Order: sequence, then structure tokens, then C-alpha cells
Amino acid sequence: MKRWAVLILILGSACAAWAAASDCLSCHEEKSTVNASIHGALGCTGCHAAIQGYPHPEKQTPVNCATCHADMATELTKSVHATSGGPTCVSCHGDGHSILASKDPRSATNPAKLPRTCGTCHGNADAAKKLGAPQVYALYIDSIHGFALTKEGLLVAASCSSCHGSHGILSHRNAKSKTFHANIPETCGTCHAGPLEGFNSGIHGQKLKAGAVNGPVCTDCHTAHQITRVESTAWQMKTTATCGGCHKEKFATYHDTFHAQVSSLGYEQTARCWDCHAYHDILPASDPKSKVAAANLIQTCSKCHAGANAGFVKYDPHANAEDATHYPALHYASIFMNLLLSGVLGFFALHTVLWFLRTRSSAKADGRPSLQK
Amino acid sequence: MEDANTHYYVRFTLAQRLLHAVIVVTFLGLALTGMPLRFSTSPWMQAIARGVGGFGAVLFFHKLSAVILTLAFLIHVAHIAYRVVMKHDYAQIWGPRSMVPRLKDIQDFFGNLKWFLHLGPKPQFDRFAYWDKFDYWAVFWGMAIIGFSGYAMWFASFFGRFIPGSWLNIALLIHGEEAILAVGFIFAIHFFNTHLRPENFPMDLTIFTGRQSEEEFKHMHPEEYERMVTTGGLKEREVEPPPLWMINFSRIMGVLAVVAGLIMLVILVVAFVGQ
Repeated sequence: MKRWAVLILILGSACAAWAAASDCLSCHEEKSTVNASIHGALGCTGCHAAIQGYPHPEKQTPVNCATCHADMATELTKSVHATSGGPTCVSCHGDGHSILASKDPRSATNPAKLPRTCGTCHGNADAAKKLGAPQVYALYIDSIHGFALTKEGLLVAASCSSCHGSHGILSHRNAKSKTFHANIPETCGTCHAGPLEGFNSGIHGQKLKAGAVNGPVCTDCHTAHQITRVESTAWQMKTTATCGGCHKEKFATYHDTFHAQVSSLGYEQTARCWDCHAYHDILPASDPKSKVAAANLIQTCSKCHAGANAGFVKYDPHANAEDATHYPALHYASIFMNLLLSGVLGFFALHTVLWFLRTRSSAKADGRPSLQK
Repeated sequence: MEDANTHYYVRFTLAQRLLHAVIVVTFLGLALTGMPLRFSTSPWMQAIARGVGGFGAVLFFHKLSAVILTLAFLIHVAHIAYRVVMKHDYAQIWGPRSMVPRLKDIQDFFGNLKWFLHLGPKPQFDRFAYWDKFDYWAVFWGMAIIGFSGYAMWFASFFGRFIPGSWLNIALLIHGEEAILAVGFIFAIHFFNTHLRPENFPMDLTIFTGRQSEEEFKHMHPEEYERMVTTGGLKEREVEPPPLWMINFSRIMGVLAVVAGLIMLVILVVAFVGQ
């Protein structure tokens, strides 16, 4: 019903206002941009409704966008932006006399332009500090989304509103927010349907559904604004520490292995968490579909180790030499090696020091420090 | 320089000197490319890995050095087996010319400790002193253990057919720890015992030139010298003094190897303490 009302209003006023508009512009020439704007058909009095004719009072009641755009205005009043001094309609959409449709590439709310528009406040270091948000704008612009959208003009790439919404932006602490922790998979999944499906079938997604709201979602691994290409070395080098942020013990034991040694040296040609455990559809080893389930190990290890066999896959990529209960052989081998190392080196260090002191004292006695001349 | 009347005697054959040279070069290569993996979080080790040319190059040179050292080791063992089995040269495995420890080595060891503490005379060492033999067997068993564990990891799929994969966990542990022991022992203890101690400083060139002056021989291996004098074997072993080029070449190569080893030792200690 509301739409019909708006349409009738527009059509009705368009005819009546057409002649009037050209009258207004004879004084307000600088407002002529309105003709090319999306509101051009409305004429002046479509928005400046209080003006009945000429001359009109100097002081006017401000234009109320909510008269037509009631839904958006309501959303805005419930959003994080509904603060005193917060943005109004024109803060984002620009001056009322030159508003363009969001689809128009020149529009301030066109997806390709939106980051810069939001960045007016959120890209400003002082403002960002005051808002409690880090430098989201700078991070976003360099991210895979920001690069694709603003540098390559790839309009399907996520802009600010893709994840945060537009008029009804809610704090990420609000359970209804698109960026509320538990809602993030659905938000990202709007575009990334495949990963969402994998995530939901994996252990992290299952736990989230079961109410474990503190488990990881997309942003815990990929970050929110800084998202990079997963093929990049920089990203790959960081992934083990990311998983290790929660899986601390597994991270520590991984670090004692050859896989981690290669990785720590800064090279990516080695197994990281997700090479063995998968990434979105991670399943515990007890699940027969898991890549690390006993029956699937040969296949998983074979990705890198051609010829992996039943004996080979008994290698433990998380063996812990300090754990005597689960790894007795490794544990006692480690103790033996430590004793051997300290024993041999300690003994010979003492032997060497005694020898050195004795040689010096005998050299003093014979006055012959060296045999070689 | 020695005066013209100084006599020189053979101590090491060309094959033995070459074996030592191969061990020196490959051991330095193995240590340089192995330590970055063992101490992969140390910034210096990461710099070494980058300097060598990245992980692929590190692994390539590590394996290349390992293969060359393995061949040298096998040739050495085969040669001794040949001498013993085919030539019935049992002196290879028993007696003063052998590396096999004898009762005298234990006596010499305690004798030497007494001498260190001014409690007795310096023992009369034979051809190989007890520390020479320890050096030899440390390297021998080190190569066997590090070598076997290394090949087990290199050809893990193949070895997986015979040994359970959990042994590979132990193989990595032993490979790394035994290697730290080897690096620490060679670059600190062996260097001092053989080269850096005041009597030999900066370098005992015998293993490079293969020959020793009469005075050195008498002083370092008195028992062997006496035996040579009494059995008349001394004359057979007399050789020309090492030519100047050989001395200089040996000094340069030897000093380079010792300096490289000492630098690696410092880096190892820093990484070990910082791990």
C-alpha cells in the first residue's frame, strides 16, 4: 500500500510541480542538479512541502526524508548510527539535490564507491579511535574484497554494506546483527555458499549450531577486514598460529616436527593444519568421514608423500616427547639423548679445561709453549 | 721452518687424508644445512637457510653432503673389511695400529688425568691416543646413527614397509640431538684436542700433509716411535718434508674449516640457549 501511495504522490506532484520547479530555479539556480538526480521528477515542493508559493518565509522546516523513506528512516533510528552527531541521510547519500540511484556508478552509495563513503568517518584515524574501531578502512582497502571492488571494479565483491547492512547497521554485540559472532557464517555464506556448506558440516559449524557460540567462525581465521588470498604465502605462514590460538597443545606438539621446522624457516611447501585436517569441513578423527580418520590416513598423507603406506601413516605429526604415557619410546629416547649429550659434552669440556691448564703450566716450566715453530 | 736435517715420517696415507678431507667438507655442509631445520625459529638459522637458497636448497645440499659422506664411510668400512678378510691384516682390528680400544687406552686415560692434576708423569701414547680413538668412534657411530635415521626419514614411505611410522618420530629426535652432539663435539672438543690446544696451535697439519717431523713424532707418539726405532720400521716410513705449497694449502683449508666450524658453534650455542 505504501508503495502505491508513494507512486501516486510522485506522479501527481510531478505534473503539478514541473512548472513550479522551473520557477524555483530562477532564484535557486545552484539547485538545478536536482533535475538530473533520482528525485528530479518530484520537483522542489515534493520535498520542501511547506512552501506554498512565492514569496516564502526565509526560515524553512528541514526536509524530512522519512516522509517517503519511512522504512529506512526507522531502521536508521534503531542502528548504531542513531547517535547525536551521527550520520544523517545526506552524510552517506550526499546533498539532497544531487542524490543518484545506488546502481549509478557515480552514486556515493554505489558498491564501488561505498567504502570511500563510509571511510569518510571510518577511515579517519581520530574518528576511528573515538568509535573504538581499528583502522578498518585501511585494512579493508588492502584486503581481497577491497582490492577486487575498488581497484578491479568487481561489483560482486563485498562492500561495507554486504556484511554490515546499510540503514539498520547493528553493533556486533547485538544478537540480531549480521556481524554478531554466531551470525557471521550466514553473512559470509550469502556469497560464499560453498564454504558455508563445508563449515556447517564440519565440527566448528556443528558446535556453533549446538550453541557453542564461542567457537570459531569465518572471521576468526580469515579476519574481518584484512582478508587476504588464501594462496598467498603470508596467509599460509600465519595459518598454523591461527589454529594454534585455540588448539594450543596440538600447536606445541606440531612444532616439534619436521613439518613445523620447514614452516618456521619461512617455507610453505610443508603440511599445515588444514593440509591434513581440511579447512571448512574439519571433522574429528573419530568421524569416519574425517581426513584424519584411521581409514583415510593413507589417502591424506599421499597428497604429499607418494607411496605412503600403513606403516608410514603410523607416524604421529603431534608426538609429544614429554608425554610418557602416550609416547613412552619417544619419551625415554629423548631422556637418553639429553643424558648422552650433556654427559659427553660435559665430560670432555672438563677434560679439555684440565688439559689446557696443565699444558700452560708445563709450558711455563719448560719455556716451550709450542712444538710447531 | 724446520732445518734441513729434520726427518719426516708418514703418519697418514693419502686415502686417510682424503677421507678426513671429505668428512670435513661434508660435515660442515651437513651442519650448515641441518642446524636451520633443528633450530628453525632462531633468526640466525633462518638467515642461514635464506643464505643457502631457501628450503629446497637446504634440503638438497643436506642430502648431497649426506650421500657423499655415506659413500666415503662405506668405502672406509669396505677397505677395512678387505684388509682384514682378504689380506688377513688383523692389525686393523687389534693392536697399536688399530682404532679398537685396548687396556692401555684406559690406563693412558687415567694416567693423563693424573698428569692434568700434577699427580703423575705424562703417559707414553702410542699411535692413537685414547682421545683419537674416541674421536674416531664418535664420528663412526654418529654417522651410523645419524645416517640411518636420516635415510629412514628421507625414504620414509619405503621404510614404512618395515618399521612403524612412530619410529620416524624417534628418528627425527635422535637425528637432531645426535647431530647437536656431533657438532658440539667436533667444533669444540675435537678442534681443541687436535688443533687448538697450545702445543698444536693453531693447527696440527699432520692429517693434511700426512707427515710428521721426528720431534713431533717422538713427542706425540713416544711409544710408537720407540717401537719403530727398536723394530727398525722407522726408515721405511721416512719421507721428504712436506713441500711449501702443501703446508700453505693445508693451513688455508684447515684454518678455513676451523673458523667455519667455530662460527657455526657460536650460532648453535646461541640457538640452543634461545630455544
